[in-house]
Amino acid sequence: MDPLLQLLEEHALRTPADLAKMLNLPCAEVERRIKQYEDDKVILGYKAVINDDKVDTDLVKAVIEVKIQPEREGGFDRIAKRIAKFDEVTSLFLMSGGYDLLIFVEGHSLRQVAQFVAEKLATLEGVTSTATHFMLKTYKEQGVLMEGGEEFERLKVSP
Amino acid sequence: MSQQPTTKRDFVADHVRTIPRSGIRDFFDIVQSMDNVVSLGIGEPGFVTPWHIREAAIFALEKGKTGYTSNFGLLKLRRSISRYVAENFRVEYDPNSEILVTVGVSEALDIALRAVINPGDEILYHEPCYVSYQPSVTLAHGIPRAIRTRAENNFALCAEDVAAAVTPRTKALMLNFPTNPTGATMTREELEKLARVCVENDLLVLSDEIYSELTFSGKHHSIAALPGMRERTIFLHGFSKAFAMTGFRIGYACAPAGLIEGMLRVHQYSMLCASIIAQEAAIEALDHGRADMEMMREQYRLRRNFIVKSFNEMGLKCHLPVGSFYSFPAIRSTGLTSREFSVQLLEQERVACVPGNAFGPGGEGHVRASFCSTMSDIEKAVERIGRFVQKRNR
Repeated sequence: MDPLLQLLEEHALRTPADLAKMLNLPCAEVERRIKQYEDDKVILGYKAVINDDKVDTDLVKAVIEVKIQPEREGGFDRIAKRIAKFDEVTSLFLMSGGYDLLIFVEGHSLRQVAQFVAEKLATLEGVTSTATHFMLKTYKEQGVLMEGGEEFERLKVSP
Repeated sequence: MSQQPTTKRDFVADHVRTIPRSGIRDFFDIVQSMDNVVSLGIGEPGFVTPWHIREAAIFALEKGKTGYTSNFGLLKLRRSISRYVAENFRVEYDPNSEILVTVGVSEALDIALRAVINPGDEILYHEPCYVSYQPSVTLAHGIPRAIRTRAENNFALCAEDVAAAVTPRTKALMLNFPTNPTGATMTREELEKLARVCVENDLLVLSDEIYSELTFSGKHHSIAALPGMRERTIFLHGFSKAFAMTGFRIGYACAPAGLIEGMLRVHQYSMLCASIIAQEAAIEALDHGRADMEMMREQYRLRRNFIVKSFNEMGLKCHLPVGSFYSFPAIRSTGLTSREFSVQLLEQERVACVPGNAFGPGGEGHVRASFCSTMSDIEKAVERIGRFVQKRNR
């Protein structure tokens, strides 16, 4: 992977000037590449990783295992793409193993998520079963530990 | 409360009393007295030891591995070391008799010097260098002889300078490439010339290659792998820098059996063995730590590019270090000495860099700024140093 993408994936707020210094490239070249990645939909967006425990939010998160009946033409894709369009769905993956789709959903209450599953998801033609697991606590999100916990103050000067 | 001296003699030995206090320790005391300091003064990885290595240490404790090991170190670790050194440095050592596990490279270096020096033997080393080389030689009753390396040569060691420094009393040459504090490296051709001087003068070489994995371009070559050198080289290496394991205090020496036996005699009556927990962690590092090491090296490379470019942009001439995680910019353009620069920078902008002369008189006119700190600290430090230099130039 292009080191520029790796750097942006780690920390998207770095300026093109700083990125250019790190990569030993002209700043204009870094700006051009970022624009190109955005145009090509290689970079799809920039988001902050937020510790939900530290903000006043009533967000309820769940993962749902879904079994579906694949279709003769299109396999799992048609149903999966249809499910992905719901606003409640934040991520969706086709899986190997005991079920077919793994869906991450968010809602403002338990009831809203339950309603989504009962009314929208389970009733879709082709969906044969669902199993919903509510998330209780986040320890790590997108590679970031929610509680640092590993801060160790090194000697300020050492040989 | 002051007390009247009750002894007539100073019990501290002459050769210990005359060793100067480390310039780094001196500077450290000033830094410790201040708050909000951004440090480019650290000489260790800014990463915590990779989790799987820490987990191996925890597992060792859980299994009750809390005793002594063989003086040589765990055979399993020595076998891993033997494989690792053969693969990466192209020189083979027998795990049964040619590898000794030590408490960091520092112990390995110390016992190597104590094992080979007869009082009055001269030991050559290149300078600027790691702070312990000169005192370690003195403590082993040897006579340290510094060979100056120069900025215009990117601090590589010239074989001619070594040849010129050899006397009938010269016993050994100490090498440290990549170098702390300059980041200097040696090409294979330069090492070959050096090797010829060593063979011609029948010198022993103590090669501290602790930063070898942190080589950013080209390949690291060990002098031990060159023709005629294995039999006259003590290869010293450890886990602190490549695997971010400084606090584990674990290193090793590889050399022909006779030399290892000599070192073992000192080691067995002083250190006995390295900590078994650290040894277990070291096995995990060698066997499964390569990906982490490469990830860290990539991060250092980016940080190096950033810091060196920034220094040059602000008018502090800085060569691109090929190895280690230290940059060594020249600060003469500010009209300050190394120490004045470091102290004033600390007082005015709360940034710690180590004065270059802490690494020997050849480091005067430079400061050591490590790029193993986090990127955000480096960004902050560079901004503050830029402001400091601009004020000086006004």
